[in-house]
Amino acid sequence: MEATKQYIDFFGEVRDVLAARSCSEMNARREDALKVFAEQGFPSRKVERYRYANVEADFSPNYGIQLSPLGQKLPPYCFRLSEADPRVRVLYNNVADEADSIVALNTMLAVDTLVVHVPRGTKVEHPIQVGNVLAGSQDTMVSRRLLIVMEELSEADIIITDRAASQNRFLTNQVVEVVMGDGSHLNLYDIEETHLLCTRYGSTFVRQGRNSSLHHTALTLFNGHTRNRLDVLLQGEGSEVTLGGCVIADKMQHVDNNTLIDHQAPGCTSSELYKYVLDDNAVGAFAGRVLVREGAQKTSSQETNANLLATRTARIYTQPMLEIYADDVRCSHGSTVGQMDEAALFYMRQRGISEAEARLLLKAAFITEVIETIPLHSLRDRLHVLVDKRLRGELSKCEGCKLCGPPLTPP
Amino acid sequence: MLKIENLHASINGKEILKGVNLTVRDGEVHAIMGLNGAGKSTLSNVIVGHPSYEVTEGSITWDGKDLLALKPEERAHEGIFLSFQQPVEIPGVSMVNFMRAALGAKRKYQGLEPLPAPDFLKLMREKRAVVELDSKLTSRSVNEGFSGGEKKRGEIFQMAMLEPKLAILDETDSGLDVDALRTVAEGFNKLRRPETSAIVITHYQRLLDYLKPDVVHVLIDGRIVKTAGPELAAEIESHGFDWIIKGLSL
Ligand SMILES: Nc1ncnc2c1ncn2[C@@H]1O[C@H](COP(=O)(O)OP(=O)(O)OP(=O)(O)O)[C@@H](O)[C@H]1O
Ligand SMILES: [Mg+2]
Repeated sequence: MEATKQYIDFFGEVRDVLAARSCSEMNARREDALKVFAEQGFPSRKVERYRYANVEADFSPNYGIQLSPLGQKLPPYCFRLSEADPRVRVLYNNVADEADSIVALNTMLAVDTLVVHVPRGTKVEHPIQVGNVLAGSQDTMVSRRLLIVMEELSEADIIITDRAASQNRFLTNQVVEVVMGDGSHLNLYDIEETHLLCTRYGSTFVRQGRNSSLHHTALTLFNGHTRNRLDVLLQGEGSEVTLGGCVIADKMQHVDNNTLIDHQAPGCTSSELYKYVLDDNAVGAFAGRVLVREGAQKTSSQETNANLLATRTARIYTQPMLEIYADDVRCSHGSTVGQMDEAALFYMRQRGISEAEARLLLKAAFITEVIETIPLHSLRDRLHVLVDKRLRGELSKCEGCKLCGPPLTPP
Repeated sequence: MLKIENLHASINGKEILKGVNLTVRDGEVHAIMGLNGAGKSTLSNVIVGHPSYEVTEGSITWDGKDLLALKPEERAHEGIFLSFQQPVEIPGVSMVNFMRAALGAKRKYQGLEPLPAPDFLKLMREKRAVVELDSKLTSRSVNEGFSGGEKKRGEIFQMAMLEPKLAILDETDSGLDVDALRTVAEGFNKLRRPETSAIVITHYQRLLDYLKPDVVHVLIDGRIVKTAGPELAAEIESHGFDWIIKGLSL
């Protein structure tokens, strides 16, 4: 309760500053969001989709709250909401779940929205890189907001990276809204590589039109506490979605992925594969709900969560869920939890590979399956290297990393 | 030289090896034959340091060094190689990365830099050719989806890459068709240097016809009960082990 009040009070203090720095579309939504947030407060563990998170505790520490607008230089196809196409501007906060109080908090406090707008029929050749770097000398909370609009028949790869350049506490509350027009094709990568002092709440909402296809990959390479929500609404007939997830966690890291694939239209296909490698005392959670609504005939859906626990102290909570209200469907869901394959370890050691190296190879091998499905080959190669470095404990900070575009949130 | 003295070993508290004595000098090929469950694979596993087995008595030395004090990977670096009776599949680890890691580790142990990538790939090609291993197989994950025979051929390919001083072949012939057996056996002979020694575990004489063992041992119930020249393999092939076992109880 205490934390909720702090944020409400803070909003009261900065309301005018926000109004002055921000655009009308965003300002128009703040008071409704405040109502939702004030009513619900931070979700407790009783709220189904926050079962594995400790939200109040995550938001309680004293953070300086960042209220600065986006930087001057934006990647191609990127705009500030205030400068975006009017047809795009009206989509702001139309896709996100307004009843989610963490989303509401973002709507209250976000200063700018980064819009990625790909016009009708445009095939974007080079991946659009949205690099976020947490920096500064103070403990900081960031409310990051993105709106991605893929018009009919457009195609793009978008890479969102979340990195931290300084050893402070950071709290990120990110909301990404995605609208996909008929026949559009999007590969969206959401990659976190921060540090132990970072807490991240990510909420991504996607609405797909007819015959559109989305390939989403969520990667948590390094973090502190992370909770990602991803909702995909298949609203147009014949649309396709593939969700890949990769989690590497050790020490006291905590990673919680909560997904929903909502089959609202007939003839859609979804497949989901999330893989976790957990070491030391890491805790992972996966809750994935696939909902096949009445009338969503000829749905095909496959959902898997596979986990490798390298120690007895690492923990995973896994909850694949399938709800079907149509009769002509092909669906499967399941999860696995396994330990290191001792026979494979010994086989490698017999060939001269040290035990530590053998363990590392098995962990990387486990994750490989997800990375191999990534459509963008250059990123795939890069990720193989990053995963290897991560497992060796030598992830470099920022330097020479091609994932990292210009910073969008200056200190 | 490998010297095994009065070796006792057990698994899950059950004693399998009950006093094995065996000396293999450089350049020698020893065959070990024996009934199913006699302890042949156990002996190989204990030599290479499988952690499931407990050595309760006896010793193994390798060129005078206490082998039992070394980790499995160190034994490998010291030049001991086991071609497994049942090679393990490792999905997600490519054969190329696996061999690069193995060879790199060995070279590091020897104080050498890793081979530059082109040289490594050239070496892979050369060694593959010796055992006629399809390049499709080395581009896949380690043993994944390999047929029984392909796995065995793959083991000898790995041996070729690592150039061991002592090769233990645990039923490498099982699963190989007649032509593959010849290729693999001839490949093995080509790869051998004069000082390379081998322990060849088999149920059949055919492989031994190619490898020409100096000595043939019979392992029964955790002990070597008979040692003779290559002619022993032929006798076992035609008469089985009964006569040997009967001789024991007398
Ligand atoms: N984990 C275990 N627990 C108990 N007994 C075991 C275990 N593993 C192996 N054994 C037993 O050890 C004995 C020796 O097995 P080993 O594999 O060494 O035989 P082998 O001589 O290689 O036989 P084969 O010719 O069939 O390959 C067998 O009786 C086997 O059942
Ligand atoms: Mg055996």
